[in-house]
Amino acid sequence: MNTATINRIAVWFYIGLFFLYLFGPLAIMGITAFNSSSYPQVYPFEGFTLKWFDGLLNDADIVYGLRNSLWIGFLVVLVSVPVGLAAAILMTQVYARARSFYYLIVVSPVLTPGVIIGISTVIFWREMTGATGTRFLYDGTLMTVVAQSSFISAYTMLIFLARLQRFDRAQEEAALDLGASHPQVFLHILLPFMRPAILSAAALAFLSSFENYNTTTFSILADKTLTTVLAGRLRQGTTPAISALAVLIIAVTFLGAVAFELVKRREEAAKAARLRQAQREEDRSLAPAGMKS
Amino acid sequence: MHSSAGHSLILALPLLVTAGFILFSLLERRRLGALAPVSFWRRNGIAISTYLVVAVGLWTVIMIVLPQLYMIDLSLRPKLPPNQVGGPKDVYTLENYRYFLYGSTTSTAAWNTTHIKAFFLTIGASVLVTLLNFVLCYPLAFYMAQVTTRARVRIFMLLLITPYWVNEVLRAFAFRVLLGSQGVINTILLKLGLIDQPIDFLGLDVGLYAGLAYAYLLMMMFSLYNAIESLDRNQVEAARDLGAPWWYIHWSVVMPHAKPGIASGATLVFMLNAGALAAPLVLGGPRTLWFTPIVYDRFYQAFNWQQGAAYAFILLLACIVFVLLVLRLFRVGLGEIAR
Amino acid sequence: MTAALTAAITLDHVSVRFGDFTAVDDASLQIAPGEFFSFLGPSGCGKTTLLRTISGFVEPTQGRVLLDGRDMQGIGPNRRPTALIFQNLALFPMMSVADNIAYGLRVRGLSRRERNAKVESLLDLIALPDQGGKRVDELSGGQKQRVAIARALAVEPKVLLLDEPLSALDLKLRQHMRNELRAIQRRVGITFIYITHDQGEALTMSDRIAVMNRGVIEQIGDGRTIYEAPRTAFVASFVGENNAFIGRVVASEAGAAVVETSIGLLRGRNARGLVKGSEAVLFVRPEMLRPNPPADHQWIAGQVAEIAYEGSLTHVAFAAAGTGGLKLTMTLARGDTAAIPAAGTEAAIGYRAEDALVLPRETFGQD
Repeated sequence: MNTATINRIAVWFYIGLFFLYLFGPLAIMGITAFNSSSYPQVYPFEGFTLKWFDGLLNDADIVYGLRNSLWIGFLVVLVSVPVGLAAAILMTQVYARARSFYYLIVVSPVLTPGVIIGISTVIFWREMTGATGTRFLYDGTLMTVVAQSSFISAYTMLIFLARLQRFDRAQEEAALDLGASHPQVFLHILLPFMRPAILSAAALAFLSSFENYNTTTFSILADKTLTTVLAGRLRQGTTPAISALAVLIIAVTFLGAVAFELVKRREEAAKAARLRQAQREEDRSLAPAGMKS
Repeated sequence: MHSSAGHSLILALPLLVTAGFILFSLLERRRLGALAPVSFWRRNGIAISTYLVVAVGLWTVIMIVLPQLYMIDLSLRPKLPPNQVGGPKDVYTLENYRYFLYGSTTSTAAWNTTHIKAFFLTIGASVLVTLLNFVLCYPLAFYMAQVTTRARVRIFMLLLITPYWVNEVLRAFAFRVLLGSQGVINTILLKLGLIDQPIDFLGLDVGLYAGLAYAYLLMMMFSLYNAIESLDRNQVEAARDLGAPWWYIHWSVVMPHAKPGIASGATLVFMLNAGALAAPLVLGGPRTLWFTPIVYDRFYQAFNWQQGAAYAFILLLACIVFVLLVLRLFRVGLGEIAR
Repeated sequence: MTAALTAAITLDHVSVRFGDFTAVDDASLQIAPGEFFSFLGPSGCGKTTLLRTISGFVEPTQGRVLLDGRDMQGIGPNRRPTALIFQNLALFPMMSVADNIAYGLRVRGLSRRERNAKVESLLDLIALPDQGGKRVDELSGGQKQRVAIARALAVEPKVLLLDEPLSALDLKLRQHMRNELRAIQRRVGITFIYITHDQGEALTMSDRIAVMNRGVIEQIGDGRTIYEAPRTAFVASFVGENNAFIGRVVASEAGAAVVETSIGLLRGRNARGLVKGSEAVLFVRPEMLRPNPPADHQWIAGQVAEIAYEGSLTHVAFAAAGTGGLKLTMTLARGDTAAIPAAGTEAAIGYRAEDALVLPRETFGQD
């Protein structure tokens, strides 16, 4: 056996261990979701059951939390996508010397622990709504949307910035030159260019909101989301129903990710084929007349 | 200073900064002359300009800056019954920070050892977990970025991302299933007869550390991958052709190139660990010391928001110091690490 | 100022400064309607800035830009009767070919029917009929080029501005597109302003050429004038091949000047009326040099260094005797090659004094 083979075996052994670490705990949790034993365990496997999944749908707290989480996620997307987009566009227009200060402010939420964002949001709004007589705004769902959006907007901004770096300013100028007004340039040129980034930012914003715990646990006040309900359950004790919920979430996200990957691959293949076709046509049209037939 | 004056100051501060910003832009514009791009309003048109300014203004001022300032402000005020707020007793004080160091004024101990110990343990453990994550991720990040094919990288990415869309609470729960006293590992060890009493992994904090090391692995992985990926594969080849040993190639070629990525991964993972709440709550034993649950308890057990704000600010300071240290250590700018 | 009213474009003492850097320095010219006008110069000479000033992306620091006699001060690019073709074309990748071409009409509020009719006639003009439904990334380089032209022409501009649009194409396609551009210009009959650093493009396509250097328009004229009667040392050396002899005028009389160069005294046409003592450069085109010159020619002694045969032309590298090791190029047509001495032999070459130009040196040869 030569060194190359040994190296390969070592590399794959390490990769195997890494993914075992990554998936092992989740897989074991997954198995417990199907075991009829009332404590989440793999062994002894007392019998296959789907009752834990069934129980989820009848669990009023979980259903309520899920609905609230979806609603909050939706609102967070509505806030953080336009805000992140505006922040990214502004970044490209701020004068070079002011840019680092601006950058410091807008990326600070990424580097701030989530609990602190939740805490500070709640403190600020408790004082503000108290002082201005708008106490009705001091509401768990609203606070959570505000607190989550404050850092999720920074995530979406980073996505938009990456996309904007590849934007060709000449496109904007070309549209202007053809007579478009500034809002038209924005709507016809910049927004369509940003469309893929807007979609991924929306997906990221929704998922970040949906799975968030640290910020939400402070900002949700007396209300509940799926994660806070889960955390509450876990403090009381463990049941396979929680495993069942995890299995559902993993299944949904994994299917979504695989579908996304497949669509993307097909699109890329089609694009490459079209480009080759165009090149062939041009070669033919430039060939000397006698060779055309 | 009286605290209501403090609030007006806080509210005026962002306005002042914004005004300074605009003034600065005008000066810069004059300095650049014709090189300056067309004015902001003309370039974007009134409608779009308004959207940009209002969206970013509300976000930075109301959602980022003011809440932090209010938190610091609250941390400097005493806890008072509602009818005394704004009264003569409502003055700025360092009482809440004093409490973190020395504990209750009625306590006999010289130092507030529980909280101080928890704080330093949290910081120390977070640093260790960060290092551990780096060691775990670096080889795979390098393999994905420099060795394997594009198609395979995409599969790896898919596999890496999937577990991370399961939220933190459930990820922590998975470790409880694994390591609990009736958990999988204990059951197996008992059946095999290796032990006759279940090991209290959670009480020993093994669960907590394992869960933390697991929880934010992805952040390190992506930061490292993105940085190493931008390194030209030929450079590694060239170094190998020159006969450099493999560890030297990593030390002198790959790692210096990946410095911003390492810094970015380290700051993110540290911050997430130091601020982690789910893992300590789910996996922590009854005697577990972690700082975030203590902060949480200031708010929702002790109902002392002033003290909670002070504790939160201490945690924030620790994170800022860590970021600054990393920036200094790696000699990179903030712009390079936050991508 | 009656001329200003009829000109398609008037530049009236236009200067553009970026901080301390002067990109365009006091440019004044008039371009007639229907003219194919080129700005020729090395990169960084200010020609692109001038183009952007005309199209409205850059405001002049001083001076005025007049289009059709109308002062364009304060009028944005979207309200000027110009259309610009960008160096990278800047086609909109998210729109189809037809939507690209129709874009200017769409923002002008034309109905879909009007737009379609216009797009179809333009697709015919650029010889891409029935390709309107394609996506931009399905087009080849030459097709993209033509779509960019159609998109600009759709808004019926008074002036079409082209910023080195052929530079990204390969040689064969570039030559093909030159003819096509010129043909399109004749058909639509509007003013074309063409920016290029490629003198071949400028000479073959343009009615008139402005040669720019360091922000200054050095000379304006048709191709023949620019090539045969350059006004400055820069123009003489930048446009076409030229042999340059740096020196000092030692005598000047009746339209001729004698220049003392490193290889001796040489006589040439004193086109700029230089007086005795002026620093000067004497230029002789390679095709004006001939071997074994008759007695009335200016003689240069030296050695044939190398002979490069190129079919219709033959290039001879000639090392002049004297200090400095001056290398000259002589180009001979196929019929004249018999007289070429063999490489390595001592020989003399020469030119007629009226075929050489004596121009003020200014900063020539200093960088």
